[in-house]
Amino acid sequence: MPGKDLESEIRHGHHGGNVMTVAQPCIEPAAHREPERHLWCISDLTVSYGEVIALSSVSLNIKENSVTAVIGPSGCGKSSLLCCLNRLTDFIPGCCVSGRILMHSKDILGGQIDDTRLRKQVGLIFQKPNPFPLSIRRNFELPLREHGIRDRQEIEHIMQSTLEATGLWKEVKDRLNKPAHQLSGGQQQRLCIARALSLRPDALLMDEPCSALDPISSGQVEELVLSLRERYTIVIVTHNLSQARRLGTDVALFWLRDGKGTLVESGPASQVFEAPRDDLTKLYLRGAIA
Amino acid sequence: MSTLTSAANPSRGLRWDAWAIVLWIGAGLIMAAFLWVLLDLLGRGLGQISWSFITEAPENAGRAGGIGPILVSTLLILMVCLAIAVPLAVGVAVFLSELLPHRSRLRRIVQISLDALAAVPSVVFGLFGNAFFCIQLGLGFSILSGGLTLACMVLPLLIRTTESSIRAVPQRYRLAATALGMTRSRVILRLVVPLAVPGIVVGTLLALGRAMAETVALVFTSGYVDRMPGSLLDSGRSLSIHVFDLAMNVPGGDANAYGAGVVLIFALLVINGAVLCLAKTWKARSGMAITAAT
Ligand SMILES: Nc1ncnc2c1ncn2[C@@H]1O[C@H](COP(=O)(O)OP(=O)(O)OP(=O)(O)O)[C@@H](O)[C@H]1O
Ligand SMILES: [Mg+2]
Repeated sequence: MPGKDLESEIRHGHHGGNVMTVAQPCIEPAAHREPERHLWCISDLTVSYGEVIALSSVSLNIKENSVTAVIGPSGCGKSSLLCCLNRLTDFIPGCCVSGRILMHSKDILGGQIDDTRLRKQVGLIFQKPNPFPLSIRRNFELPLREHGIRDRQEIEHIMQSTLEATGLWKEVKDRLNKPAHQLSGGQQQRLCIARALSLRPDALLMDEPCSALDPISSGQVEELVLSLRERYTIVIVTHNLSQARRLGTDVALFWLRDGKGTLVESGPASQVFEAPRDDLTKLYLRGAIA
Repeated sequence: MSTLTSAANPSRGLRWDAWAIVLWIGAGLIMAAFLWVLLDLLGRGLGQISWSFITEAPENAGRAGGIGPILVSTLLILMVCLAIAVPLAVGVAVFLSELLPHRSRLRRIVQISLDALAAVPSVVFGLFGNAFFCIQLGLGFSILSGGLTLACMVLPLLIRTTESSIRAVPQRYRLAATALGMTRSRVILRLVVPLAVPGIVVGTLLALGRAMAETVALVFTSGYVDRMPGSLLDSGRSLSIHVFDLAMNVPGGDANAYGAGVVLIFALLVINGAVLCLAKTWKARSGMAITAAT
């Protein structure tokens, strides 16, 4: 998709996004939804690993305080996109990123934000839950101390409040000194989300956070995402289209064209799912539904 | 298909059984040899062990008296050895595994030289230690020279075990920590090295065992003197040298040689037992295997 129309597309999409609530247009004051703000403005982003071009000139805007679901077949560069947004790509040997990503209108690839500050603001949740093999408490202490919070009471307080926010407090409050990897997979994933939230980020990137979990645990994670979407900007990669429907306020579909990952279509979830513009999107959604 | 497997299975099982018997016999022989040595040593040496044997100074060139000063010297030599070798090994291992790029030439070269160094006979380390520490640095025959020489000797083993336990820390923890905004040095210092500590401890214990059993390298560096050492610059006799000396050079010293041998082997068994125990409990606790080049 050419990047030029994206801005307009999203703006149009925004009106489209209210199609479902069109029957009651006056209930919501226009001012409430009016200032449509973007946390990230990505333009012409290209990511390559040596010969492999994982993403090819992608332009996409990601709305603040919304859930953007990123979908598409395996290998089309979804994880690479997430890694660009917190510059974890710096850590992947051989990974080369070009283009521009503005976050709060600061160029993050150009280094206008210090990378550790950036990663504090943008939490990343991995596909496989990866709490440190230390005690639950230590899982919070380590990153918090890194960011200058040393006071025991304060750490304790932050830990409790984020664990409560992720619905984990009741389950773990008696075993805070036990190793985190003794928790179940679903609990571990919620612990990782809590750990990311403890740094008070603006945004959460989630790379297939439920794909290693059983249906009940993934249901819990989904509810968590829904409860967080008012306050955080969330980008979630998923292979599960119904999950994308349930969680996403916006959707971006990527595809592998000529071996390069490209953005096919993006917009508000209702528009992409109900009235996709691109034939590929239609096929993908229909194929997956069938 | 089913007839094939049922026809193939018995003969295979049979051959397996034959091999198993051979293996069991081999293992049994090794066990028997070990037990024989152990029991022989215990039978002859256990009678010597008493509180006064452990604490008193040797008399009459070791024929009478105890091993008090020798235990102290041994302990000091080992402490010097570990105090130098462990921090150095951790530093080098971190450099090799975390800071150098994965396929770097330098890393290959260092590793090959470490392997070569590990294969060098201890007498060569002894000569080197004598030439360098005793003479060049002017430390003379001293506990310090001995400890430093032993440090050189166990360093390759320690670096290897430390490096492999650092490498055994899964990459995803480093990524997770980085994604939480931790800087690279903090990730190494606060996460990777602490997670590798079990492996480092096991490697240290193995090095300790090897250092304790060492005789030849110390003959050249820490010397023979069996008095209570007054400082690290005094000469001091290690337990293994004491056993060697009593057995070979002192007629009538056999009984006490066995006594000292029992103490030595007891210490070694305790160290090895600790290695096994720690490796097992840590594996259960962290889910990460401890890889130690034994
Ligand atoms: N570290 C790496 N080194 C080399 N190539 C990589 C690396 N990571 C990803 N790639 C390549 O980049 C392309 C995109 O990978 P990416 O992981 O972003 O895809 P994805 O959409 O997340 O796939 P999946 O849905 O399977 O997770 C793939 O062709 C992959 O082989
Ligand atoms: Mg992926």
